[in-house]
Amino acid sequence: MSTTVANQKASAGKVAAQEVLGLTGNEAAAEALKQVNPDVAAVFPITPQTELMHKFAEYVANGAVDTELINVESEHSAMSATVGASAAGARAVTATSANGLALMWEIVAIASSLRLPIVMPVVNRAISGPLNIHCDHSDTMGCRDLGWIQLYSEDSQEAYDNMIQAFRIAENKSVMLPVMVTFDGFIISHTMERVEIISDDKIVRNFVGEYQPENYLLNAQHPVTYGPLDLPDWLFEHKRQEIQGFLNAPEVIKQVGREYGEISGRSYDLLEKYRMDDAEVAVVALGSTAGTAKAAVEELRAEGVKAGLVKIRCFRPFPGKEICAALAKCKAVSVMDRCISFGLEGGPVFNEIRGAAYGAGLKVPMVSHIYGIGGRDINVTQIRGVFEELKKLASGGKIEAVESYVGLRE
Amino acid sequence: MALNLKKLSHKPEMLAPGHRACSGCTAPFLIRLALKMVDDDEKLVTSIATGCMEVVTTIYPFSAWRCSNIHSAFENSAATCSGAEAAYRVLSKRGKVKEKFKFLAMGGDGGTYDIGFQSLSGAMERGHEMLYICYDNEGYMNTGIQRSSATPKGAETNTSFAGSAKPGKEQHRKDLTACLVAHDIPYVAQASVHNIRDLGDKIYKGLHCGGPAFLNVLAPCHRGWRIGVDQGVEYARLAVETNFWPLFEVEKGAYKINYKPKTQLPITDWIKGQGRFKHLFNDKNKHIVDELQAETDRKWKSLLRREAEALEDAKAAAPASA
Ligand SMILES: Cc1ncc(C[n+]2csc(CCOP(=O)(O)OP(=O)(O)O)c2C)c(N)n1
Ligand code: SF4
Ligand SMILES: [Mg+2]
Repeated sequence: MSTTVANQKASAGKVAAQEVLGLTGNEAAAEALKQVNPDVAAVFPITPQTELMHKFAEYVANGAVDTELINVESEHSAMSATVGASAAGARAVTATSANGLALMWEIVAIASSLRLPIVMPVVNRAISGPLNIHCDHSDTMGCRDLGWIQLYSEDSQEAYDNMIQAFRIAENKSVMLPVMVTFDGFIISHTMERVEIISDDKIVRNFVGEYQPENYLLNAQHPVTYGPLDLPDWLFEHKRQEIQGFLNAPEVIKQVGREYGEISGRSYDLLEKYRMDDAEVAVVALGSTAGTAKAAVEELRAEGVKAGLVKIRCFRPFPGKEICAALAKCKAVSVMDRCISFGLEGGPVFNEIRGAAYGAGLKVPMVSHIYGIGGRDINVTQIRGVFEELKKLASGGKIEAVESYVGLRE
Repeated sequence: MALNLKKLSHKPEMLAPGHRACSGCTAPFLIRLALKMVDDDEKLVTSIATGCMEVVTTIYPFSAWRCSNIHSAFENSAATCSGAEAAYRVLSKRGKVKEKFKFLAMGGDGGTYDIGFQSLSGAMERGHEMLYICYDNEGYMNTGIQRSSATPKGAETNTSFAGSAKPGKEQHRKDLTACLVAHDIPYVAQASVHNIRDLGDKIYKGLHCGGPAFLNVLAPCHRGWRIGVDQGVEYARLAVETNFWPLFEVEKGAYKINYKPKTQLPITDWIKGQGRFKHLFNDKNKHIVDELQAETDRKWKSLLRREAEALEDAKAAAPASA
């Protein structure tokens, strides 16, 4: 694996000075974008992502960045222009939510097939319909097989940190895949939180490095053709190369996570194991719910229950082996999905973990809890309820329903 | 700039031979000419929409493009090109790209009049410095000859059959050039593949007008029009001689007709040899031919009026002579 991004040694080994700010998730992501100062950003409003690009457009207007802003007329064009810019040799970004992501779907798949290292924050919101502007994961889960790396964020701090790391991951020559950084609509995007920001933009820019494209439209010496007609005699081989990018990605994500730790004091892995060493009952969650689950785990621990949490940060590539290893000693597990997979028993994350468990020989009783659809609240008491169910299963109780719902009126 | 054909013949071919367009297809010629309409110190980035010309020029592992080309999808040639143009601006500003580049987006009538209309409109409105060329063959040819909003009234396609209940396409064509004029961009023009000088001049102007430009080029498809393989250029000429497809340009809002037939030929001269109109030549469908003629005349008169208006405006703006 080659790590080709320049300047990474510059600040290695020294945690940089941090500034503590009160920021919403949108502001934190915009702050990261400001520090990176990408070449091109295509913007189009959609709740709850809108304020992210407001903030960034303000940075452009004030000269804090000299990014070329493209005020497109739709998300389809946002992703198309981002693809054009990235293929031209620019570091290019856009941002969206739900219906915007749905509208750009076609080009989201094209971006990854062209191996363009685009970074896109997606502020999670329920896919219509009916229309709903609040958080669930139906948008990003729906495009989990479009060839993008997906990093989920627990809070504004992680939104900021993931945004910075995303460029390094995407642009690594052994990866060359676009990265979605997701964070929960309103719950994170609009909630003011304590966030530590690396004070000096230069340190962030050094960490991210100069983007050095290899094949690009604006290379006057070597013109290129992007996006040819790829028939049955070649498409499979090209998809195999894309698979290789995903096979290479976990090591790169971990390496970047470690190096980021060196400059920020906050290092990252594919997943976070929270009180898992001796956990007998555990939930798996991603996004802001992981934070709520931690509070539930703490309460239960105080009561002597051996509860734990596995938080998935990197959902694509899917760290199935790591998740199963973390759950190996558990007696009962719930996978909490903020998304429905219609016609399938259990949510998408649940099914992926259960599939991985088969391969890993993990025979722990496992159930799927669907929650938080369309922004429905999830609280500590409810997650404690999930643990109550797990305790029964752990002591020999039978699984009555593989899929059940939290916070639903029925 | 008047096109210098001799000089042009010495310019390198930027669209390689061996692509898979049907023999007699008129669109590759348009592309070959377009790729030569940059100055020697200029490079080109092109984008193209899904459709015949994309499919025939880039069958992996081959590419006929000797300049950079990007194809992303059917409806986003303009938006894709706008992203590349924005990248050029910022990378030049940051000193990472030193050469001079021009930007050319292309699409068929389906990719331009219909599914790519929004993307085109957005890119033009934003003011990207790029020329968009529509190669208009009046139908979705790549998917097997279906109607588009550029298909003339009465034409038979595989989604507008002529049968006992229907006489072929029921609507007149969309005047896309007029839609683009309404965008108030620096340069909008209509051209045809049969008139090389006029076409070349317009491509050059469009690429060098300092802002967004749109060029609508009639490029017959003998498969869809049901004409002889060698008749594409002739039917382009007839479309102009009948005033069905006038050659004109609109610079900063001012209309100029670039060619006026000495005697306008009747519309039947254009449609009679085309298999897609053959069902019109009977008593039942004669009214459609009449409507085509009436619509052609109405549009032509309106064009003459606009040109006269532009001449008057120019006169009024000119300083009074002593
Ligand atoms: C979103 C989408 N819808 C439909 C298609 C199928 N399709 C490919 S090319 C084409 C027609 C192209 O027509 P036009 O733009 O006029 O170009 P031509 O083939 O006539 O040169 C269609 C319908 C597609 N590729 N993408
Ligand atoms: S079908 Fe028509 S437009 Fe397509 S390549 Fe053949 S002649 Fe050209
Ligand atoms: Mg067509």
